[in-house]
Order: sequence, then C-alpha cells, then structure tokens
Amino acid sequence: MSVRNTAYRGNMLWIAAMIHRVSGVLLALFLPFHFLVLGLALEGEAALDGFLIWTENPLVKFAEMGLVFLLTIHLLGGLRVLVIENLPWREDHKTLATLTTSIAAVVAFVFLTRVL
Amino acid sequence: MRLYILQRGTAALMVPLIAIHLALIVYATGNGLTASEILARTRGSIAWGLFYQVFVIAAAVHGAIGLRSVARDWLRIGPRPQTGLMWGFGLLLLAFGTRAVIAVVFPGSLS
Amino acid sequence: MSNTAKHLSVSVWRGFADGHYQTFEVPRQDNQTVLDVVTWIQRNTEPSLAYRFACRVGVCGSCAMTVNGRPRWTCRTHISKVVDQDGKLELAPLANLPPIKDLVADMRPFFDKWEKAEGKFHPSKTRVDPMATISPETTKRQAADKAIECINCGVCYAACDSVRWNPAYLGPAALNRAWTLANDERDAGGPQRLKAVSANGGCHSCHSHQSCEQHCPIGLNPTESIAGLKRLTVDAYIRGELS
Repeated sequence: MSVRNTAYRGNMLWIAAMIHRVSGVLLALFLPFHFLVLGLALEGEAALDGFLIWTENPLVKFAEMGLVFLLTIHLLGGLRVLVIENLPWREDHKTLATLTTSIAAVVAFVFLTRVL
Repeated sequence: MRLYILQRGTAALMVPLIAIHLALIVYATGNGLTASEILARTRGSIAWGLFYQVFVIAAAVHGAIGLRSVARDWLRIGPRPQTGLMWGFGLLLLAFGTRAVIAVVFPGSLS
Repeated sequence: MSNTAKHLSVSVWRGFADGHYQTFEVPRQDNQTVLDVVTWIQRNTEPSLAYRFACRVGVCGSCAMTVNGRPRWTCRTHISKVVDQDGKLELAPLANLPPIKDLVADMRPFFDKWEKAEGKFHPSKTRVDPMATISPETTKRQAADKAIECINCGVCYAACDSVRWNPAYLGPAALNRAWTLANDERDAGGPQRLKAVSANGGCHSCHSHQSCEQHCPIGLNPTESIAGLKRLTVDAYIRGELS
C-alpha cells in the first residue's frame, strides 16, 4: 500500500505549468518531422507539394489545429514563466492562466476556420 | 546556470519569432498550402533565411534543454544520459532545421 | 449541524514506507483541530501512534502532515475545513521526506538543504561594533520582511513537484530563507550564497508550479522569493561573478 499524498495538485496554476511542460514535449517531438517535410523542397517543388496535398485531409487539418493550439499555449505559458521570473510580482495569476488558455483556444479556432 | 540562461534567453528571443510564425500560419493557410506559395516567399530571401535560421537555432537549444529537464524528472535518467539526450536532440534539430532552411531558401540547391 | 456524523472515521498511516492505513473512530466536536484528533487517538485508542508536535498554536512548525492527500499544519487546521458531513479524514506523514514511523517524517533532508542553500546568517560585524541601523522602508528590507515569517514546517517542500521529481532540488523553504538573507544588509555571505543557490538543484530548478505559494499555511510566497534569487543570479552571471 502506498501513501496518498498528491491531492495538492490540480489547482489552476499547477495545471498551467503541466500544460506548458506537456505542450513543450509534444512540440519538440513534432519539430523533426516538420523540418523533414520542409526539407522535401530540396528535391523540388513537386516533392513538397506531394506531401502538402495530404494536408487537405480534414483530419490532418484538425491535427494542425492541435499544433497551432500547442504552439500558442506554449508561447503564452512561457510568457507566464518569463513574467514570474523577471518582472515584479503580480497577484492575478489565476486570471492570467485562464485568459491564456482562452486565447490559445481562440487562435487555434481562428486557424481552423481559415483552413476548413 | 548556463543552461537556465540559454533556455530563458532563447525563450524570450522566440516570443516575437513565434508571434510572426503564428500570424503567418493563419494568414498563409487561408487559401490552402502549396509549395509554390511557400517557396515564392522564401526562395532567395535573405531576410526569411535569417529569420528561420535564427528560429531553428533557438528552437534547437530551447527544446534540447527543455527535454533534458523533463527526462530527468519523468524518466528519472542519470546526469550522463541527460546530457547525451540534450546534445543528441539539439544537434538533430539543428541539422534537420538547417537542412529545411536551405531547402526553402536556396533555389535548386540540390540540382 | 444535526445531520453531521457524531464520529469521525479517521484513516491513519501506520508503519513505515510500506505501511497501511488504519481506521479509528473519534468523537466529533464543535471545536476540534486535526492535531486534536491525532492526540485523541494516541491518548484513548492507540498509545503507540507516533506523531510530532510542540506548540499547538502555529508557531513551531513541527506538526505538519498530509491531510486528505495534501500537506497542512495540523494544529491550525479546523476539522470543519477538511471533513465533510460523512466524517471521513485521512492522515499520513509529510510527502517528499523519508517516513520514520506512522505520521512522523524525517526532516533531516529538509534542513540539510537549508544549510546547503546557505540559509544561515553570516555576520559582518562583531559584538563590539555598534548595532546596525536598518530602515524598514528600504526595498531590500521590505523584500526580506515579506518572506521572513517562515516556520520551517515543510508544507511547501511536501507540496513541491520539483522536489518530488528532482531529489537534488533544494526546495521552496530553503531558497525562501536564502532570499531573506540575500536582502539582509547585515549579512556578509552574499557571494557564497549566490553560488550555492545557482549550483545544480538550486533556484533554477524551480519550474514555478506555485504549489508552495498555494499551500504555505502562513501565506508566504516562496515562488516570488525564488524568482528574486533567479534575478540576482542572472545579474551576477552577467557581471561575470557566477559561471
């Protein structure tokens, strides 16, 4: 049997930190593939287009929306860290964390309406 | 300490870069992604070439240091594997990223 | 409060790291703290129950435990704050520290890190020198005052995932103390303290989860203190005083 002692987790700021971390890992894992696709241009325009046609698939578009969401939320979460570490302390962190998630969702949705 | 400075430094550097990148993503994908459209913007452009190369270097440094922390915390790997992972992943991103920049900036660089 | 259970059903961690929860029935009272409940069990049901306390009024910092899964000071935690009408309560030793027995955790790693963070005063004068005059108005003194009331209870340390995941990390309390001393104009340990808090496991291992700030029983903000240390060390790094 093990001790139950992690109920301190789950508050807004803790979740914000975890989203920042997980989105960072996912973006890092995505980047090599992103670079490889762009590298197709080495073999000419046709090679790159051969892949980009695939992005017309709605499922891929939803996945792309996910990436836009990850990038936006990681950017905003990173700003959170930079603000905490480098600027005078502010008291409204929870409001900011909520706002951050909302902005990321809106940016991702705007992207989706543009591509669909 | 040095890793902290590099991690936060590249983070701050990438704030405007990502803002531009996101704006461009939303703008450029509005009427479908095509290679000709992307390459028309980037080929022969020193400005975009510099923009993306700086972006690649910053992302490689930032991502490698970040993954090192996550691997230490969540995979519980020791100091040497941490360093190995950081350098391995960072150099991989740098190599792939630089190759991608060359691909979209220099016309006919392969042929 | 007629529909409130007359008894509390208290699950208490027994034994060591590989222990188990044992349930006790404790009479519920209108005014009762978690520490009162533990004391009642030890005096009336289970004399061998090990726990730690001293002052009972929120000053000494020795009675912190895991209450319903999160760290709290038990002497100032009223039962009504942590127990629903079902009367269930769960107690365990503080997390992130080696358990000794039952509700007692070994605080040595906590205080070892306190030392390691240079959380101690380095005098700059002797007893024959005149007393230093410190204005309470200065920015540094106000920064120190804001963080100085720490009672070393270990709640922040037990609520910190950076401590949990990275055993080298010095933790919020030690770094918070280092920050108060870094702002103490009478202290002469500045350079070695900056070195200590910027070494591996120092302030840069803080990822600003802000759990310390959320759980500190007296409302201190170690995240803010650690951010202050991060700024001090970055400034020192730019000046070439740290590598």
